[in-house]
Amino acid sequence: MTTSRAAAILLVKELRLEFRTRELLTTTVIFALVVVVLFSFAFEPTAAESRRYGPGLLWIAFLFAGSLMLNPSFAREQSNETLDALRMTPIAPFAILFGKMLANFVFLAVAEAILVPVFAVLYNVSFSAVAGRLILVLGLGTLGLVITGTVFSAISAHARMRELLLPLLLLPILTPLLIASVEATASLLADQPELDGTWVAFLAGFDIVFLTASWLMCDYLLEE
Amino acid sequence: MRRSATSFVAKQIALGEPRANSQPSERGPAVNPIGIVFESVEKRFGSLVALRNVSLEIRGGEFVALLGANGAGKTTLLRMAAQLMKPTTGNVALTGTGSKSEDARGFIGFVGHSTFLYDEMSAEENLHLFAQLYGLSDASARAAAALTACGLSSRAGSLVRTFSRGMRQRLAIARALLHEPRLLLLDEPAAGLDRQGLAWFGATLERLRAEGCTIVMSTHARNESLDLTTRAVSLAGGRIERDSSTEGNPTKMLAELRSAHGGEA
Amino acid sequence: MKGRITLVLVAAALMVFAGFAALYVAPDEKTMHAIQRIFYFHVPSAICSFVAFFIVFVANFAYLATRKPKWDWLGVAGAEVGVVCCTIVLITGPIWAHPVWGIWWTWDARLTSTFVMWLLYMAYLLLRGFLDDPQRKAMFSAVFGIFAFLDVPLVYFSNRLWRTQHPQPVILGGSNSGLDPMMGKVLLISFVAVLCITAVLIADRYRLEQLRTEFEELRFRSESRDAERARKIPQAAREARVE
Repeated sequence: MTTSRAAAILLVKELRLEFRTRELLTTTVIFALVVVVLFSFAFEPTAAESRRYGPGLLWIAFLFAGSLMLNPSFAREQSNETLDALRMTPIAPFAILFGKMLANFVFLAVAEAILVPVFAVLYNVSFSAVAGRLILVLGLGTLGLVITGTVFSAISAHARMRELLLPLLLLPILTPLLIASVEATASLLADQPELDGTWVAFLAGFDIVFLTASWLMCDYLLEE
Repeated sequence: MRRSATSFVAKQIALGEPRANSQPSERGPAVNPIGIVFESVEKRFGSLVALRNVSLEIRGGEFVALLGANGAGKTTLLRMAAQLMKPTTGNVALTGTGSKSEDARGFIGFVGHSTFLYDEMSAEENLHLFAQLYGLSDASARAAAALTACGLSSRAGSLVRTFSRGMRQRLAIARALLHEPRLLLLDEPAAGLDRQGLAWFGATLERLRAEGCTIVMSTHARNESLDLTTRAVSLAGGRIERDSSTEGNPTKMLAELRSAHGGEA
Repeated sequence: MKGRITLVLVAAALMVFAGFAALYVAPDEKTMHAIQRIFYFHVPSAICSFVAFFIVFVANFAYLATRKPKWDWLGVAGAEVGVVCCTIVLITGPIWAHPVWGIWWTWDARLTSTFVMWLLYMAYLLLRGFLDDPQRKAMFSAVFGIFAFLDVPLVYFSNRLWRTQHPQPVILGGSNSGLDPMMGKVLLISFVAVLCITAVLIADRYRLEQLRTEFEELRFRSESRDAERARKIPQAAREARVE
């Protein structure tokens, strides 16, 4: 069985588990909304101000919501040692990791799909002209987030204080991603909207570097 | 109840499915039994030494009872055999598979202390998932057949969370047997089984034994039916204490252990 | 033991010498005067923190490849000393900057990257603190350490790119522009001194970790031997009865 097929099967499993309980998704979305509302107290949300600060606060909202959402990913596999059950099947270990990355990507993407329009409405920012390019930037940025986040959730699943540890590990690593995503999003909201090629390339590079690192080190992450 | 190798093969052909990870040359008559060899295996967890210099060869087709007090190293030994962990020093190798140990995971079934099941998925979904992951071509049919065999088909659509202990254990065993493993590793498999489950389990063990499946079962000497075992190995303090293959009669050894440990071993 | 004491003494002597050179021998800087002398320890500390973190990266890689505990000891030693050096950089920097430019801090590429690097390796140390099983601790911190090291250049470049797009109003000139030859010599001396201290600290911390591990092992072994002895006494009595 190929790794991608195994990862796809596991993705379906993750989605099924999540959509049955829906606890993760609802909490993530609500939390991100809370962050978005809180930011309205930080500055005057006129249209101009919103376009200046909006990208930053959107991505911070995604980062925080994402960090909270990533922990259950591996923690969930601990109650009945189901992770070991998966390791005993003849699939490549990376399929397990990659399947979770894909699932986390889907969850975060769903949360973003709800949040971005809500943000646009609350802060009088229009994304319609740049929708396609925005999706590209959101996609690459979210991908970087879930790649590193899933790896660190595998690590923090075995540690004490895991809810605190995961953001602690993740957020410093993601600073380049945050800068790149915010800048790329901001350039889409400028008076002359354009897709900043440098930042998009940087995001893609970030994703590739850490996906490769995860692939090379995944045996160490999953072994007992 | 005795079935010969040919009828086992006939069963395979009738189901019309290739075995997981099998090469064309492996399909057909005389499925070779798998053995497992531990060479001077030591396993440490930090300062704790779980297994010390364990050398053990289990030949294909044997039914080994693994005995020992709690903490003697039985679980560690079994988990190592199941490819879940590697020894700190020494080597664990499967014999008779004709392929790398990576692919050998498809030949191994393990029943452990945990159920290895997703509580928030139904019994059918759980078995279907693992059938797919083991590369079985008709996953739904295999899952359904397994549920019928263990007597849980009426609860196929219920979440495992709603199952009783006995039902969960039955499902856990069914999960381990889904891909028709040739090496079955059991860590106190009868724990929690109700009477119906025990009967089914006993019958299943007999069938597997007759089909040439190699079985290693860790157990408490007084709890499980051990009439089928061909060999008994006892562990103490991470070392092999006694091995009936060197002493002769496993039943005699079992009886001695039962009385010596007051039924605790 | 003797070799180590010699090394410590040499490092201490070098440090005293460098301190003296920095305070008295080096010429006075024309605009910043006395406060500029902090540069003789600020810059070497920065370089030594990089050296220490590079050692951590090598140790992490080696641990994953060989699984030998000594690489884990080297990793934690390098990380702790690196964090100390980095802390010195982050403290001496503002102390230098405030009288000279009137601001404590600015978010330019270099400062931001240094701060993030500090955070990354603090996270490395905290991760180790929250993992109890020694094998997992070594394994996971090695994985995280490699990710952190890969991230450092990305942090720097993203900040550089960002700052070229949004230049800072206050321009911080590089401190190496046009260095007086005597200043250069003093800088070299203090660099060697700080590097020696760093090496001594890493070696000491490595030794501490080695001793700690060996102690734990000995203690565990003696405890389990006592437990096994206690277990065997009633068993021997029972076996005597059966016979």
